[in-house]
Amino acid sequence: MQRIAVIDYGMGNLRSVSKAIEHVADDAEVVVSADASVIESADRVVCPGQGAAADCMAALHSSGLAQTVIDIAGTRPFLGICMGYQVLLTASDENDGVQCLDIIPGHVVRFADPLMDAGARLKVPHMGWNEVRQARPHALWRKIEDCARFYFAHSYFCVPDQSSVVTGRCHYGLEIAVSIAAPNLFACQFHPEKSARDGLQLLRNFSRWDGQDR
Amino acid sequence: MGLATRIIPCLDVDAGRVVKGVRFLDIRDAGDPVSVARGYNEAGADEITFLDITASSDNRDTIVHVVEEVASEVFIPLTVGGGIRAVEDVRRLLNAGADKVGINTAAVHRPQLVREASDKVGSQCIVVALDAKSVTAPGEAPHWEIFTHGGRKGTGIDAVQWAVRMADYGAGELLLTSMDRDGTRVGFDLELTRAITEAVEIPVIASGGVGNLQHLADGVLHGGADAVLAASIFHFGEYTIAEAKAHMAAQGIEVRW
Repeated sequence: MQRIAVIDYGMGNLRSVSKAIEHVADDAEVVVSADASVIESADRVVCPGQGAAADCMAALHSSGLAQTVIDIAGTRPFLGICMGYQVLLTASDENDGVQCLDIIPGHVVRFADPLMDAGARLKVPHMGWNEVRQARPHALWRKIEDCARFYFAHSYFCVPDQSSVVTGRCHYGLEIAVSIAAPNLFACQFHPEKSARDGLQLLRNFSRWDGQDR
Repeated sequence: MGLATRIIPCLDVDAGRVVKGVRFLDIRDAGDPVSVARGYNEAGADEITFLDITASSDNRDTIVHVVEEVASEVFIPLTVGGGIRAVEDVRRLLNAGADKVGINTAAVHRPQLVREASDKVGSQCIVVALDAKSVTAPGEAPHWEIFTHGGRKGTGIDAVQWAVRMADYGAGELLLTSMDRDGTRVGFDLELTRAITEAVEIPVIASGGVGNLQHLADGVLHGGADAVLAASIFHFGEYTIAEAKAHMAAQGIEVRW
């Protein structure tokens, strides 16, 4: 039996994430925890998150879990979801600028206002099901078709410095890097726990991933 | 290719049970929110909205348990509205597994609630529900007023101005219901829908009046809606979600398969 820890730093919908993983990984014990020692002893770690960047970073720091994430990211399979992806970058423009964990060099920026595409105005937040183009092969894409739709709900998006980390792209007014990977790390802007069949497949893949960046 | 236009079945929940029933889905208990939600997920719905119509505040906790149960088994976006009065209500529903929370009357009573809630949990979680009714006198340019209490109480607030204000306060999405059309099956109030979608930068869900599949397509093509919500045409098996998507796709609307 493996143990998958879902980090509880007081921000967001942990229940959907933990239930979705339980649903697809029957060989796993899923624990939602704010305890650094529990998280550090898990075989895999998921970092979800919801809300504003400043609140998320403040919660990560005040709970002491910011250092835990920095310590474990890259040491065992780690999955960041939505805000759990954004906090991995260097800094976010949200809330007049927030310093993030700087595990993956890059910035989090807001969609343009107005956001235009081919003469038409696009709505912000980017809300709904959009196609994700697989930028490179990865174990977490196993059994998921290229351009499968995933569920998004966000107003800020990640711009990693190095395009080599990008595993998934999506077009919404411009090309955005909606997923990234590094050894033992995968992170996505969309919500796999709310993306029906393909989202569950991604979580199933994560529960079996050996951590190799391919 | 880009975002798919969402098709959202809406279910009324009273004291933890789906009321008015759902007849077409092959489910054992049409009053059980989990069975109904699972059925709609399998049918290809892009999102599900639960409207808590429980009148008694004693029963308010029930909706939290409903959301917990549904979110444990059905993995598509879930919006919950009805009876939200404070940021704490919003947080409880999100923690239970809702993705978005709809605020209606409480926003009219205290608009600041929308700002407080979106600051706390993020705009993308906050849906402001607008119930609008035409108050155009003969010879006037069309305009609509916000009503509360199921369309019974006027507020004197202009619907378009209210939509702009709510977006400014941090609403991530608007759920627009025409109280003139709700239950009539003659189609969305397209003029109202167009007036709101052109006034705001945030997504708008059109609701109220759907009687056939062309009404759904019209809401998008002529109303500019980003998502369409309907109840009876799906619940009673007149049309499936897949038929709705096929009908919309045939007119060039992008849908999710």
